[in-house]
Amino acid sequence: MKNIIVYCEITEEQHVADVSLELLSKGRKLADDIQAKLEAVVIGSDLQHIEKEIYPFGIDTIYLFDDARLFPYRTLPHASIVINLFREITPEIALFGATSVGRDLAPRIASALRCGLTADCTSLEIGSYEDKDKTFDQLLYQIRPAFGGNIIATIVNPETRPQMATVREGVMKKEVFNADYQGQVKKMNLENYLGKDDFQVEILERQIEPQKVNIKGSQIIVAGGYGVGSKENFKLLQELAEVLGGEVGATRAAVDAGFIEHERQIGQTGVTVRPKLYIACGISGAVQHRAGMDQSAKIISINNDVEAPINAIADYVIVGDVMDVVPKMIKMYKKHAK
Amino acid sequence: MSFRIIVLAKQVPDTRNVGKDAMKEDGTVNRAALPAIFNPEDLNALELALRIKDSIKDAEIQIVTMGPFRAAEIIRESIFRGADGGFLITDRKFAGSDTLATSYALSLAVEKLRPFDLVIAGRQAIDGDTAQVGPQTAEKLNLPQITYTEDVIAVDEKSITLKRRLERGIEIVKTSYPAMITVHSSAPECRPRNVKRMMKFKHARTVHELQDENKDYTELRNRCPYLDIPEWTVADLNADEVRLGLSGSPTKVKKIDNVVLAHKDSVSLTNSESEIEALMKELIDTHIVG
Ligand SMILES: Cc1cc2nc3c(=O)[nH]c(=O)nc-3n(C[C@H](O)[C@H](O)[C@H](O)COP(=O)(O)OP(=O)(O)OC[C@H]3O[C@@H](n4cnc5c(N)ncnc54)[C@H](O)[C@@H]3O)c2cc1C
Repeated sequence: MKNIIVYCEITEEQHVADVSLELLSKGRKLADDIQAKLEAVVIGSDLQHIEKEIYPFGIDTIYLFDDARLFPYRTLPHASIVINLFREITPEIALFGATSVGRDLAPRIASALRCGLTADCTSLEIGSYEDKDKTFDQLLYQIRPAFGGNIIATIVNPETRPQMATVREGVMKKEVFNADYQGQVKKMNLENYLGKDDFQVEILERQIEPQKVNIKGSQIIVAGGYGVGSKENFKLLQELAEVLGGEVGATRAAVDAGFIEHERQIGQTGVTVRPKLYIACGISGAVQHRAGMDQSAKIISINNDVEAPINAIADYVIVGDVMDVVPKMIKMYKKHAK
Repeated sequence: MSFRIIVLAKQVPDTRNVGKDAMKEDGTVNRAALPAIFNPEDLNALELALRIKDSIKDAEIQIVTMGPFRAAEIIRESIFRGADGGFLITDRKFAGSDTLATSYALSLAVEKLRPFDLVIAGRQAIDGDTAQVGPQTAEKLNLPQITYTEDVIAVDEKSITLKRRLERGIEIVKTSYPAMITVHSSAPECRPRNVKRMMKFKHARTVHELQDENKDYTELRNRCPYLDIPEWTVADLNADEVRLGLSGSPTKVKKIDNVVLAHKDSVSLTNSESEIEALMKELIDTHIVG
C-alpha cells in the first residue's frame, strides 16, 4: 500500500507544531484520494504520549525517534534519520512545514534522494500528468504562485519519489479526522539511522522568546504596503489597528523597504490570515500577497489607484491617499464606537 | 592562501520594483524591463565572508555565480567590495534547472576549488524565495550547514561560532571546517565598494565581455592576469549532463494559469468624511468591529 508521510515538527513546549497538524489533516485527505496510508515521522526527546496528540488526525503509522540528542533540532541527525527512513519505506509523498526547521531539512533530504521539492505551496491536489506518450496517474499537484505577475504554477514530480513539498503555517486547515482513530507507533532504533559526525555542529546557547506577534490569530488586520511610504507612516496604521483591536500586517515590499518587521509579512512566503476584516492600505494586490489574505471575510482597500488589482477582491474600495483616509477612519470609529 | 572562503551569489531580477511599466498586457512580468541586481541576501553573505577574512590571516574569498554572461557583473561588484576573484558558471545546458540541478552544478564548481574551509551563500534569492539551493549544495558536498546566520560570534582557523536567527529567537552554534553557511537578511549590510579596488579591477572581464567590447584581450590578460574572470562551462565542470537543465530537474511545470480575479461587487467610496463615517458606522453596526 502506498504511503504519505508528514515530518512532525516538535515545538519548544514539546508538542507537535500546528503546521504539522495542518499537514496531517491535508495528508489524510490526499491519502484517501490515492488509497494510501498516512504516516508520520516524529523526532525529538521525551516524546512519551506524543502519539495521543496526533492519532486523531488519522495516522496509521508513527515512526518515533526518541533520544536526548535529538532536541533541539539539528540538521545532520534529523536529516540522516529522515533520509534513511525514506530509503526504507519509500513514501509516495512527503510533506514538511515551511518553517525554519522544515526549510532547513527538506532541501537536504531532496538532494540526498535526488527528488523534487516545491517550496511554499498554497494548495495541494491529486491529478494526472501527461508527458510525451506517458501518462502518470495520482500525482501530487504542488500549486504555488510563480514569479512573473498574476500567475499560478502547478508543479509535478512525475519520476522521482517521494514527491516533496513545504507549506507555510495557516495555509491548510487543521481538522480532526476521528477522535478515536488508532494507528501504531514504531519505536525506532536510532543507531541504525544516524550517520557518522552527525553531531559535529554544537548548539552552545539558545534564546527562544514566546511568540511576540500573533497576526494569525487576529480577527482584524490593518495591512500596509509599499504605498504607505515610510516607517513613520506605519505608526498611523498601528494606531488604527489598536483602536479597532487588531494587528498590523504588511506586504513583502513594505518589509523589504524596512517599514516593518518580517514577522508581519502576509502572503505566500509570510503568514496566511483569515480575519473578519482586512484593511489593505497602499497595497497593489500581487498574487503572492493575495495568497495569504484572500479568504478574509471582509476586505477594505485604500488605494489612490482605482485600478489596483486588490480592489477587485475588496468589498469596499476607498480611493484616496492612505495618510488622508486612515486618520478619518480613526476619528469616525471613535465617534461611533459604543 | 591558507583559508579559502567560497561565496555563492546570484544575479536576480529586481522583484521588489515590479512597477506598472514592467507589466505586460496579459498580467505577466516583462523580465527584460526589470533591472538585474545582486541578490540582497547574497550581499549579506559577502559581508559575512569579508568579516571572517578580516579576522583570519591569509584568507581569500572566491565568488561563484551561475547565470548568463551578464551575471559577471556580480563578480566584479564583489571584487570591488573586497572579494579576491570569482568564477562564472555559464552554459545553455544549465537552462531550465530547478534547485536540485542548480545545486549539482554549484557543488561541482565548489569541488573544483578544493581545498576550501567555508562555503557561504544568502539564505534565498528574491525571485523564488525557496531557500533550497544552500542546503542542497551542502548535502552534495557532504558539509554540515548553518542556515539563517545573522552574525559571527567568534572565528579562528579551527572553528567558527555563529548566531542563527530562528522564527522565535536565536541560537548560537559552533562548527569545525569545512562547513556551509547561509545568511539571513538581518545580518550586517554589505560594505560599499572600495575605491582603490575599483580602480585596480575596473577592467576585470570575462572572455565574452571582452569579445562584446571588441577588445584584444590577449595582451591585456598577459599583462594583468588578475583581470580575467574565468568562465566555466558544463565541460569544465565535468558534469553529468543528465543531471543538469530540464533533464536534471525532477520538478516539472504541468501548467501555468493566469489568475482570474473573482470580482466582488465592491462598493466604491471617496475619501470624504461623510462616506468614511457611514462605512465605520456600518462596520460597528454589523459587529465586524467593536
Ligand atoms: C518568490 C516571491 C515571494 C513573494 N512573497 C510575498 C509575500 O509573501 N507577501 C507579499 O506581500 N508579497 C510577496 N512577494 C512580492 C509581491 O510579488 C509584490 O511585489 C508585493 O506584494 C507588492 O507589495 P505592495 O503591494 O506593498 O507594493 P506595490 O506593488 O508597489 O504597490 C503599492 C500600492 O500602493 C498604492 N499607493 C502608493 N502610494 C499610495 C498612497 N499614498 N495612498 C494610497 N495608495 C498608495 C499604489 O497604487 C500601489 O497599488 C513575493 C514575490 C516573490 C517573487
